[in-house]
Amino acid sequence: MNTQSNVTPESFDSHRITPAVLSPTRPFYWSVRRELWEYRSIYIAPLAVAAVTLFGFLIATIGRAMSVHDPARRAGVLEDSNGFAALMIMGTAFVVGVFYCLEALHGERRDRSILFWKSLPVSDLTTVLSKATIPLVVLPLLSFVITVVLQFIMLLLSSAVLLGTGMSVAPLWTQASFFQMSMMLLYHLFAVHALWYSPIYGWLLLVSSWARRAAFLWAALPFFAIGIVEKIAFGTAHFVGLLQYRLSGPEAYTLTARGGDAMSTVDPVSFLATPGLWIGLALAAAFLAGAVRMRRYQGPI
Amino acid sequence: MTVIEARGLRKAFGATIALDGIDLRIEEGRIVGLIGPNGAGKSTVLNAILGLIPYQGELKVLGRDPWAERDQLMRDICFIADVAVLPRWMRVSQALEYVAGVHPRFERAKAEAFLAKTTITPARKVRDLSKGMVAQLHLALVMAIDAKLLVLDEPTLGLDILYRKQFYDSLLNDYFDRSRTIIVTTHQVEEIQNVLTDVMFIDRGRIVLDCSMETFEARYVEVTVNPDRIAAARALKPIYERPVFGRSILLFDLTFERLDRQQLAALGELHTPSIADLFVAVLGNPLGQRTVNSPGPTPNPTWSSR
Repeated sequence: MNTQSNVTPESFDSHRITPAVLSPTRPFYWSVRRELWEYRSIYIAPLAVAAVTLFGFLIATIGRAMSVHDPARRAGVLEDSNGFAALMIMGTAFVVGVFYCLEALHGERRDRSILFWKSLPVSDLTTVLSKATIPLVVLPLLSFVITVVLQFIMLLLSSAVLLGTGMSVAPLWTQASFFQMSMMLLYHLFAVHALWYSPIYGWLLLVSSWARRAAFLWAALPFFAIGIVEKIAFGTAHFVGLLQYRLSGPEAYTLTARGGDAMSTVDPVSFLATPGLWIGLALAAAFLAGAVRMRRYQGPI
Repeated sequence: MTVIEARGLRKAFGATIALDGIDLRIEEGRIVGLIGPNGAGKSTVLNAILGLIPYQGELKVLGRDPWAERDQLMRDICFIADVAVLPRWMRVSQALEYVAGVHPRFERAKAEAFLAKTTITPARKVRDLSKGMVAQLHLALVMAIDAKLLVLDEPTLGLDILYRKQFYDSLLNDYFDRSRTIIVTTHQVEEIQNVLTDVMFIDRGRIVLDCSMETFEARYVEVTVNPDRIAAARALKPIYERPVFGRSILLFDLTFERLDRQQLAALGELHTPSIADLFVAVLGNPLGQRTVNSPGPTPNPTWSSR
């Protein structure tokens, strides 16, 4: 019996030729790809919004091409459109992220495919992290690329119109510094949409891993309930204030994608010094740890 | 080499006891049929082996604790669960690509070669495949994995007879060798009788029979008894009796009653019972409406071998 218990897992491997050992990041990489195969709305929705925005901009550009010949005013139109495009795409990405997270760990249990995923050598940690990667990394990056490409196309279109009317295109390229604007956008996406919003996505993933049905209600109702109880019992609204704070971003960092003082909002030091950021990250980590644990116990529903 | 070893394996869901202290040991190179009525605990045993549920008691699969090390264990175990669980949105090519991406022992060419023999094309989505084709796809994926243990939980449920036969034929001819181990549960017992090397009966969370097919064939015998010999036959305490076309078929446990075949041959024609018959004898309602005046089997403690 003692010899039996001395058999280690390795000795089972010894008599077989083990194929090239997979690096630990490979299951993670393929899990993220898998998410993109399954939830194509992750990239289709922002692309569709970008296409609609571009269509609107085209009409505006052609329509106003006759009336607006002043390069400075045209630069203003472009800047407005840029800001609007960025907002639209970020907003879409946020909504997609919310619905993705609610579905991510719920859908696989509902359609029983969790039994297939669990039959493969991919840990629950890898699975949950790959799913969290979508709203925290993939969506911000996608939003960035789509927005920058869209803004660049709009810049080219505006330039073409101005050139067509014989005006100088210089104001377009100098007033709205394209590179600076893009870097600001990237900073904003990672600071707010990834880091600041991470507890929101973490919470949604946790609910998704646990709820048997109506994940959206389970995700939202507790907050309403706490808010209402606080209002009735104490007549205060601190909890609602907290939620607003989380949704609107830290004070030092409110969304001002347009306007001349936009650069002043890029203040990583005060952002990193905001306690709310670290509290949020800690909450996100706790929620994700909870989701990993839930997934381990959960089977099909 | 022992592939699975369980001692005092227990699992309760609330007040319901699904596994009531199971001991089992499965050696390498066996094809074990786990047979039991609905709700007997078959799937619970398999889920515990696969690391899908926590349990009490001792359980080692390939030397590992499945609940703590599911992901490492899944490099050496494959399983096909009771219904088609392949994600419906997935394309066949994506399924191959994904498994190749995450599984170190997956040989894509092998799966493709298997699929080439079917009508499944890479661009098709699982949702567009018939049930039988989904089972073929899953089998193709599993057979291309160099695993040590394959767990099949009702793998052919809902498939027609042609697909079912093909499924087990492929498994035996293209997959199984003496270094692999297969555990299978199914309600279509008679279809896999020739495939199995071992059979286990499970009932109400307990293993009530655990023997190799050689032992099974040596130990149990069915006798078709003419009506004039029936009294003599019943005196030998068969464990089950059923009437067929005016004659009676009596099932005997040779070990238990210390009978020998010659003794029984005098009563009528001898043959090996099917697993299904023994299953009914052991677990079915002993004095059902089919037999009158039969002594009926007495629940026998020696049934639970070891």
